[in-house]
Amino acid sequence: AQETQLFSLVPAVRNPQKSSDLPVSSSSTSLPMFRNKTFSVRRRFSDFLGLYEKMSVKSSLHGCVIPPPPEKSVMGMTKVKVGKDDPSSAEFLERRRAALERYLQRVVCHPLLLQDPDVREFLEKEELPRAVNTQALSGAGFLKMINKASDAVNKMTIKMNESDTWFEDKLQEVESEEQQLRKLHAVVDSLVNHRKELCGNTAVFAKSMAMLGNSEDNTALSRALSQLAEVEDKMEQLHQEQAASDFFIFAELLADYIRLLGAVRGCFDQRMRAWQRWQEAQSTLQKKREAEAKLLWANKPDKLQQAKEEITEWEAKVTQYERDFDRIGVTVRKEVLRFEEEKAKDFKGQIVKYLESMLQSQQRLIKFWEAFLPEAKAIA
Amino acid sequence: YRNLTHWLKTRSVSVDLNNDASLLIDIPDALCERDKVKFTVHTKTTLSAFQKPEFSVPRQHEDFIWLHDTLVETEDYAGLIIPPAPPKPDFESPREKMHKLGEGEATMTKEEYNKMKQELEAEYLAVFKKTVQVHEIFLQRLSSHAILSKDRNFQIFLEYDQDLSVRRKNAKEMFGGFFKNMVKTADEVIISGIKEVDDFFEQEKTFLLDYYSKIKDSTAKAEKMTRSHKNVADDYIHISATLNTLSADDSTFYLRLYKVEGRVASDQELKLTELLRYYMRDIQAAKDLLYRRARALADYEHSNKALDKARLKSKDVPQAEEHQQQCLQKFDKLSESGKRELTSFKGRRVVAFRKNLIEMAELEIKHAKNNVTLLQGCIDLLKSN
Repeated sequence: AQETQLFSLVPAVRNPQKSSDLPVSSSSTSLPMFRNKTFSVRRRFSDFLGLYEKMSVKSSLHGCVIPPPPEKSVMGMTKVKVGKDDPSSAEFLERRRAALERYLQRVVCHPLLLQDPDVREFLEKEELPRAVNTQALSGAGFLKMINKASDAVNKMTIKMNESDTWFEDKLQEVESEEQQLRKLHAVVDSLVNHRKELCGNTAVFAKSMAMLGNSEDNTALSRALSQLAEVEDKMEQLHQEQAASDFFIFAELLADYIRLLGAVRGCFDQRMRAWQRWQEAQSTLQKKREAEAKLLWANKPDKLQQAKEEITEWEAKVTQYERDFDRIGVTVRKEVLRFEEEKAKDFKGQIVKYLESMLQSQQRLIKFWEAFLPEAKAIA
Repeated sequence: YRNLTHWLKTRSVSVDLNNDASLLIDIPDALCERDKVKFTVHTKTTLSAFQKPEFSVPRQHEDFIWLHDTLVETEDYAGLIIPPAPPKPDFESPREKMHKLGEGEATMTKEEYNKMKQELEAEYLAVFKKTVQVHEIFLQRLSSHAILSKDRNFQIFLEYDQDLSVRRKNAKEMFGGFFKNMVKTADEVIISGIKEVDDFFEQEKTFLLDYYSKIKDSTAKAEKMTRSHKNVADDYIHISATLNTLSADDSTFYLRLYKVEGRVASDQELKLTELLRYYMRDIQAAKDLLYRRARALADYEHSNKALDKARLKSKDVPQAEEHQQQCLQKFDKLSESGKRELTSFKGRRVVAFRKNLIEMAELEIKHAKNNVTLLQGCIDLLKSN
């Protein structure tokens, strides 16, 4: 456990004209790489996407599970209505802020990424040059990008034949889990919507009950009905808060992991591409050797020299690519294990948080009804 | 389809009826076949009007409606609040859901399917319990009423061991639902239009008309609210089923939480929504009484005018006088009886609300406490691992 860095994002000031700048403040207790203990910078949404872009193309990070940034489009995977669509709404801003915060927390949690100079620059540097390559990300979204890459891998003509089935088995596990999470996310989405409906209907009912209480001519009963209306109002408040928990703790967790599993799939694809590059290099080397043989036979000494040079070049490449492939295999294995540990911790933490929010809600509910009970008993 | 035979031992009665040992009625058993529900009406009595001290008969919903309608049509009972007829058993919702479930069976896991099926069976049972309860209460309102309990048709309903359907058909031909239809049309206008001399009735009229519209609104909104609650509960089943395939430990928790959520939803429904729905219908019955009295007053006013005319023409004066007297007597009888009925109705309503509100609050507390124990247990378990 090396996590001594605390990280927090402060909510943005609302700026309806364009994407708001977000203040990013970090505080670090003992990591020597940062100049100050606490520091704060302002970042645009596109800067976050830009950071991901930079990390995703680094060969040093090949095979790593790089946390994907949040979707630019609000809708993404959710069908939750009202407030979520409106860029100026408090809910939308909070959702984006929380998502960006989780994104950065995952980045700094990763031992390799924490060392990365681009990450440090992102956290520390006063002014960042505007990110330019974020079109693909913000337009199609992260998952679309991953899926396109996967398709390319699947269309590969040379199929891999592995004696160690770990990679094949693990990829299947990952794909299956992603499907299950999607299914679960859809149901939790439905739960959020239904709870919001319940909220609305409870509020409407409370008002109606208050009117009925006013009409009631028995004094004690009239009072009790008015009290009941107040309890139902409080219930509406509880339902609202529960719907927020349903969404921010549960649904968003699932959405994050659907994207993260996509990132994991991306690693496997990268390994496949590394293998493919190695195979193609071997194939090219073979062709070069055949060409040399032909030249030997045709007796063209100057071309022969070039051919020999090319063979050397490609032999080096084959060795290099084979080493790359082995190395990326090792990285992927390590990363997947690290990811699974993080995921288990993350899920457990969030589920405990979710259960605790429900627990508090039920405890308050008990108080409301216990306060109402004597009113009901007082009816005469 | 399905045959559900249940011995329904413990049920809560909305109002404290069935207290008088001289005539005790309950519905201990009911059978459900497709659309038809067959209720077993069980009577225990010390009254000599009945042939045996204890007996049971099978009755259908239509038999209850026949009984209600004959009471409404009975002139002598014009001054009484006739207990509202029980609504037709409605299994539409669970049946439709069962159908959808059958169609979607291929797309869900065996476990999810079984859970949904279990839940639908519980819903079926809840509808079933509800319909037995309203039919039972109808009979118990009659048995606890000083005048209505002595009605001959009521006794036939309880005792006659043959099929009532022949009687039902004859009754329909005779009355044709005449009076019932009359009552439905523009009763509020007529009630409001009357020039009231009696303070009591003036107040009652104002109160009942206003209260009726408010309680009708509350009933509709309560129904909507409990339906939403049910939807939330259903989502928990799906979550539970899906979590299971992810082999998460939380799945059993979610299932149990669902069961509690589902039970809260149907308990709320049984208590609050049914209470509101019942009294909405009862107030309609009280309004019907006001209507009949208003009609009697109108008749009396007409008879006065007719008497004046007769006196003017010096023609048929004794008949006009007699008619006027009859109208007055009828009106006075309705007013006297109506006053008694409306006063006891007030008391009954307050008692019923009190009982139901207390029970509802106690149930909410009980279920929430269960939830708290459940949740705390899960949290402790997860934190300790």
